[in-house]
Amino acid sequence: MNDISFDVKTGEILGFLGPNGAGKTTTMKIITCYMPPTSGSVDVDGYSIADHSLEVRRKIGYLPELNPLYFDMNVLEYLEYAAQLHQLDKTRTKQQLSLMIEVCGLKSVRHKDIGELSKGYRQRVGLAQAMIHEPDVLILDEPTSGLDPNQIVEIRNLIKQLGRAKTVVLSTHILSEVTATCDRVIIINKGQIVADGTPSELQDKFQGSEIVALELRASVQNAMAELFPKIQAVPGVQSVEYGGANGDVHKFSIHSLKGSDVREDLFRKAVSEKWVLLEMGRKGTSLEDVFHQLTKNQ
Amino acid sequence: MTQAQFRTSAGNINAIMRREVKSYFNSAIAYVVIVVFLAIVGWFHTSNLFLSNVATMRLLFELVPIVFLFVVPAVTMRLLSEEKKSGTIELLTTKPLHDAEIVLGKFLAAWALIGVALLLTLVYYITIAALGKIDNGPVVGGYLGLMLMAGVYVAIGLLASSLTENQVIAFIIGFVFVFTLFMLDKVLIYIPDAFASIVEFLGIDYHFGNVARGVIDSRDLIYFFSLLGFMLYLTVVSLGRRKW
Repeated sequence: MNDISFDVKTGEILGFLGPNGAGKTTTMKIITCYMPPTSGSVDVDGYSIADHSLEVRRKIGYLPELNPLYFDMNVLEYLEYAAQLHQLDKTRTKQQLSLMIEVCGLKSVRHKDIGELSKGYRQRVGLAQAMIHEPDVLILDEPTSGLDPNQIVEIRNLIKQLGRAKTVVLSTHILSEVTATCDRVIIINKGQIVADGTPSELQDKFQGSEIVALELRASVQNAMAELFPKIQAVPGVQSVEYGGANGDVHKFSIHSLKGSDVREDLFRKAVSEKWVLLEMGRKGTSLEDVFHQLTKNQ
Repeated sequence: MTQAQFRTSAGNINAIMRREVKSYFNSAIAYVVIVVFLAIVGWFHTSNLFLSNVATMRLLFELVPIVFLFVVPAVTMRLLSEEKKSGTIELLTTKPLHDAEIVLGKFLAAWALIGVALLLTLVYYITIAALGKIDNGPVVGGYLGLMLMAGVYVAIGLLASSLTENQVIAFIIGFVFVFTLFMLDKVLIYIPDAFASIVEFLGIDYHFGNVARGVIDSRDLIYFFSLLGFMLYLTVVSLGRRKW
């Protein structure tokens, strides 16, 4: 990793995006004082990780990658242990325990051994553990990896809910996660920041062509010859890809020129040619495209 | 260190120790260790007791150091290596704790478990005391010596456990280390006279023998405590070396 520099504000959910091995986890390990940096510094709330490591660790709640847990402890025992290691006193431990059980939805499993829990519940335990001492900063390394879609939505909502009052830094290689949860995205590749901004800013900045998916019914002999040129001729269309046919249903994906919306013209064209328009949707420039652009070219 | 800092430190160590002790008893390691320990010691101890026909614990104090060679590394092998393997070490070391607190907590847990096993051997003391008149001086010295020896072994085992994430390797390293330490004063005939006394002084059984005779000499205590402290220090260093 080299030359990464960024600031995070309170109440901000920052997403760390990058391909595997880009340095997301390493950055997090350094912030949480697990690994020392070879050079450079990190300050958390004014405390440097080199000189005031204990204070930094007190302010941070950390969910490491792969969410390691003690499988032989039950949920309550484990959370209590985490509270003790954060030096919470007895009354606060009690308060925080019931709060975390409540917030993270662990009530039904609180007496179960962690080893018996499903992955979704384990993830919640990991989150509860990270927040037990009410940290100002939450560092979550791939908080939704390995969960099923329902669980992902739940965990995301949980993070969003918590992120209002705290600073949250989360890493992921799932792009939709960033658009769904984060206020700000940093894309890193090969140990360097390649983009920094809100999801929509990044989309604007790196906007390429827009993609419109089109599905229509037309009884034609040869789609390539009869349909293709007509679509190509619609103003604003840059290029057309034929996506194949199913009977007389034909699929196209249409790249438009930057900044132009071709849907209206496409509709009029379909009407005038008497094609039955079955589906038309704008895929837009997703963050995915931005991500590909930024991380592909070596 | 201020008083408040000391109190948090003690609290942290206590929390870690209690988790480890609980984990020993939850996973049945504790029961297996205690039963095996008592069975081996009891078997050899009682089978010879009536042959010698003397009311003494000497046999036990000769036997236990050998049993310790296997039992202590078995007790300590998982303490840090398991955390490394499962990744929980990352949780532990990113909590506001000093590495030394982690090491001490784990050390005390394993030492306490050995202490419990040793305490239960008092049953043999009671039976012997019932059979004949027993000299209590060497018994007290013997138990003190065994505890000191166990402390050093536990510290070595913990160091071994910090070096690898594989428990079997941790066991083997620990065993080889304590075995060497134990054998030092038994191989003196192969050692040039000039070094013999140094080697003897380094051997743990030599110092144990002194304490077990009921003679508490500061030189022996210094030996035990400095070795123990040095091993714990090395463990802290090894735990702190997390760069890769």
